[in-house]
Amino acid sequence: MFFNSLLTNFAALEVGQHLYWQIGNIRLHGQVFLTSWILLGALLVFISLGTKKMENDPKGLQNLLEFLWDYIRDLARTQIGEKVYRDWMPFIGTLFLFVFVSNWGGALIPWRLIKLPSGELGAPTADINTTIALALLVSLSYFYAGLSNKGWRYFEYYVHPTPIMLPFKILEDFTKPLSLSFRLFGNILADELVVGVLVFLVPLILPIPVMFLGLFTSAIQALIFATLAAYYIGEAVEEHH
Amino acid sequence: MLAFNFFGATEGGLFDINATLPLMAIQVVALTYILNSLFFKPVGNVVEKREKFVSNNIIEAKNKLSEVKKLEADLLTQLQSARTEAQRIVSEAENESDKLYKEALELANNEANASKEKARLEIESQASAARDQLSKQADDLSELIVNRLILEK
Repeated sequence: MFFNSLLTNFAALEVGQHLYWQIGNIRLHGQVFLTSWILLGALLVFISLGTKKMENDPKGLQNLLEFLWDYIRDLARTQIGEKVYRDWMPFIGTLFLFVFVSNWGGALIPWRLIKLPSGELGAPTADINTTIALALLVSLSYFYAGLSNKGWRYFEYYVHPTPIMLPFKILEDFTKPLSLSFRLFGNILADELVVGVLVFLVPLILPIPVMFLGLFTSAIQALIFATLAAYYIGEAVEEHH
Repeated sequence: MLAFNFFGATEGGLFDINATLPLMAIQVVALTYILNSLFFKPVGNVVEKREKFVSNNIIEAKNKLSEVKKLEADLLTQLQSARTEAQRIVSEAENESDKLYKEALELANNEANASKEKARLEIESQASAARDQLSKQADDLSELIVNRLILEK
């Protein structure tokens, strides 16, 4: 009897169900866009408020935004290098902010209270489409960074330090986006599932430490994603001697 | 499109990849441009302006500090030389006054000696005059006594 109700409860978790939007011939995961628009809207409002009245002596929100900017600059500078980090800082920063806001928004806001006809709202990064999109953008960026900085000499990287490395380096071009996207997707989805299951089993107190752990993982995943993206770009623009 | 059945969902599933992917990519690229103009550029401008301001001020302060140190050393040497000069002048003046004092003392001594001598001579001459007069009076008196005695007889 108990086991039966448990199973129905698990079924109520609605894993892998989506709110489909049909536009002409294409189908979209509506819940991903809904949450991402809400979270990005909040982010943009926050940033507009913070940068509305910039002063030389930072106050309040401006302080926080400057700290954030400094943090992102340090990240980009250490990974990409002094020469070209400026070109890539907005991209790295956007990745970091997008992933961070998505992860934390998914973990902090009780989306489950909003009932959808199908699927449920949650972190946009818990959808494989989002993470693959981000990972492919990173791949395109490091190719672009390498080619625009070094021209055809970029491909020297594939035979550096010896030509034996060639197959591994080619393989890397596929494993990089794969690992980037699945790491983020897996971590965030797993966190949501663990919290969801625990909330169903023991609705009081017990899920709270797991929720804190989830916040921690969410922040770490955002940092890992941005750092790796910057590292790949840095690797592509690095000069070999 | 690629679609797995997962956890018994009839449609979709965890690995349901569709047009969400390219649209999300476009959204992120758009977000990059928006954040660049809203966040990274303005905040970067302010922060870098301030960093430049601070580093300029530090350089300026360092220059001023070295200038101050130079001036301090300069003043110290000036002070040293002034001090030795003053010492020299003081000792010179001391010597001078010492000499003057000695001269004045000698002069006064001489003068005192001279006037003492003069006074002694005068006293002596007056004493001898008085003695002469005394002896003359004694003579007169004795003569008078003698005359009286003679006359009484």
